[in-house]
Amino acid sequence: MSDLALPEKPAAASGRRPWLSLTGRFALALAATIIAVAVFGPWLTPHDPNAMDLTARLDGPSAAHWLGTDHLGRDILSRLFVGARVSLGSVAVTLSLILALGIGIGGAAGFLGGRTDQVIMRCADVFLTFPTLVLALFMVGMLGTGLVNVVIAIALSHWAWYARIVRGIVLSLKHRDFILASRLAGTGRLRIFWTHLLPATMSQLVVLATLDIGHIMLHVSGLSFLGLGIAAPTAEWGVMLNDARQFVWTEPHLMIWPGLALFISVMAFNLLGDAIRDRLDPHLRMEHAH
Amino acid sequence: MAGFIVRRVLLLVPMLLVASLIIFLLLRLGPSDPAMDYLRLSKLPPTPEALEEARLFLGLDRPIAVQYLDWLWRALHLDFGVSYATRRPVLPDLLLFLPATLQLAGLALMLTLGISVPLGMWAARHRDRLPDQIVRLVAFIGVSMPNFWLGFLMVLLFSIELGWLPAMGRGSWMHMIMPASAIAFMSLAINARLLRASMLEVAGQRHVVYARLRGVPEKTVERSHVLRNALLPIITATGMHVGELIGGTLIIESIFGWPGVGRYAVSAIFNRDYPVIQCFTLLMVGIFVLCNLLVDIAYAYADPRIRLSAEGVE
Repeated sequence: MSDLALPEKPAAASGRRPWLSLTGRFALALAATIIAVAVFGPWLTPHDPNAMDLTARLDGPSAAHWLGTDHLGRDILSRLFVGARVSLGSVAVTLSLILALGIGIGGAAGFLGGRTDQVIMRCADVFLTFPTLVLALFMVGMLGTGLVNVVIAIALSHWAWYARIVRGIVLSLKHRDFILASRLAGTGRLRIFWTHLLPATMSQLVVLATLDIGHIMLHVSGLSFLGLGIAAPTAEWGVMLNDARQFVWTEPHLMIWPGLALFISVMAFNLLGDAIRDRLDPHLRMEHAH
Repeated sequence: MAGFIVRRVLLLVPMLLVASLIIFLLLRLGPSDPAMDYLRLSKLPPTPEALEEARLFLGLDRPIAVQYLDWLWRALHLDFGVSYATRRPVLPDLLLFLPATLQLAGLALMLTLGISVPLGMWAARHRDRLPDQIVRLVAFIGVSMPNFWLGFLMVLLFSIELGWLPAMGRGSWMHMIMPASAIAFMSLAINARLLRASMLEVAGQRHVVYARLRGVPEKTVERSHVLRNALLPIITATGMHVGELIGGTLIIESIFGWPGVGRYAVSAIFNRDYPVIQCFTLLMVGIFVLCNLLVDIAYAYADPRIRLSAEGVE
């Protein structure tokens, strides 16, 4: 018999449930490790990540180079460590930009209403409709290549998702009694937004942002892989993969490690995002596959 | 139904107009000067006179509204100008590469739907047991796997180790298996989980319970009462997956040496070849909008509530 016939299981007893599930805590530990590597990477590296040693080109794993060396004799492990900083750093900057744009634009649309809201949301609709990678490619085309431009491009192609959420929450709250009372008491608009409306959006924004970390990381490294992001000598996982492609036939280990690092990081943040969503916002079942 | 389709198509017009305006304005208001890029790509020295001449030649001296309307008017006549780099008309070149991209993206879409539906059904049927756990694991891997790395891993396994599949190029259907799977994997994983959740939700509804009480065979219940309703969110999600698949194709093309628009577009982005970037983006927007139109029509067809309410039938 099919399990479809069974009644829905009751939710787990909510007595002494830890704040995060077991997977959630595992993901948190993993993510924290990755962040630590990103922050302290330059002090952890066994070798200078950019030091070339042409006598030790394309070496396999050894005691000196745990993961081997690349085509210029650079230590792969050191480059992975430093690459974590570039990857996570650009994701952090991108997300901050997205949040600033989303809160600013979405808040303005919801709070001001009327024609401003109409115009802003029509534009947002265009951004919501189209695939983010195509949008990001277009933005890079407009701004030019390079890591900074890639970060801006990705931020510009994602803000609408956040703006929509902020606008929705602001709209639903702005006629509530406590806001009206606050206005009667003479509180300025900006202050009302800052103290009463913004905190209400936080839990959804945190969930969306954590779930988006992996997605954005894939975008950054994908564009770098295409050669549109950071310039070649800098260690970044997408760039390392791009460097490795010419050695796929002869030195496959070159391409395993950066990909694995990327995969594990994305997975850690995805798992963490899922766990936080289940905790903060169990109703947000938005499968946002943008 | 005809009324619904007409109304939906009419809605596209303002959408495409706004999109074209945004594309045009952003490129024009962006940080760099098209006249400068034109000279650079033509390998002319950027003297003030040459800049002035290029500006006149490209029509950049006119008011921006006039420039936009002129561009739009030509675009409506399928004239997207000439590439700065190759001096060839943009649209025919892009259309030359487009079929290969669409072929790959189309196969990826078929793989996504063809695999995710049975997988999602399997997981829902055995909720919280081994099949469900397997699908959950596949989904976790799927949403975190960089598709370009997956492409490499497949080349490593199937071309280098086993020698079963060709690693590069376009030709037989054998060439398409790896790139299409690499593109489809993430959408497939998301879709399977979505269908599972949707089926479990529908399975708890009253009409399903009544059907069981009436003694309808389990197979029929699953197929006609559960699956048909559960597929509705999948149709909507397909619209989003199309975008994801097109984006994935643009990246994957560069790994498998697939002669599609992706590589052409990337080199145009490198060169800041504005006419190509404009035309490429508009083309992608057009394809995507068209796919979403088909998805909406399919949804209305599958869900009488939408179709009838659009026709004003209560």
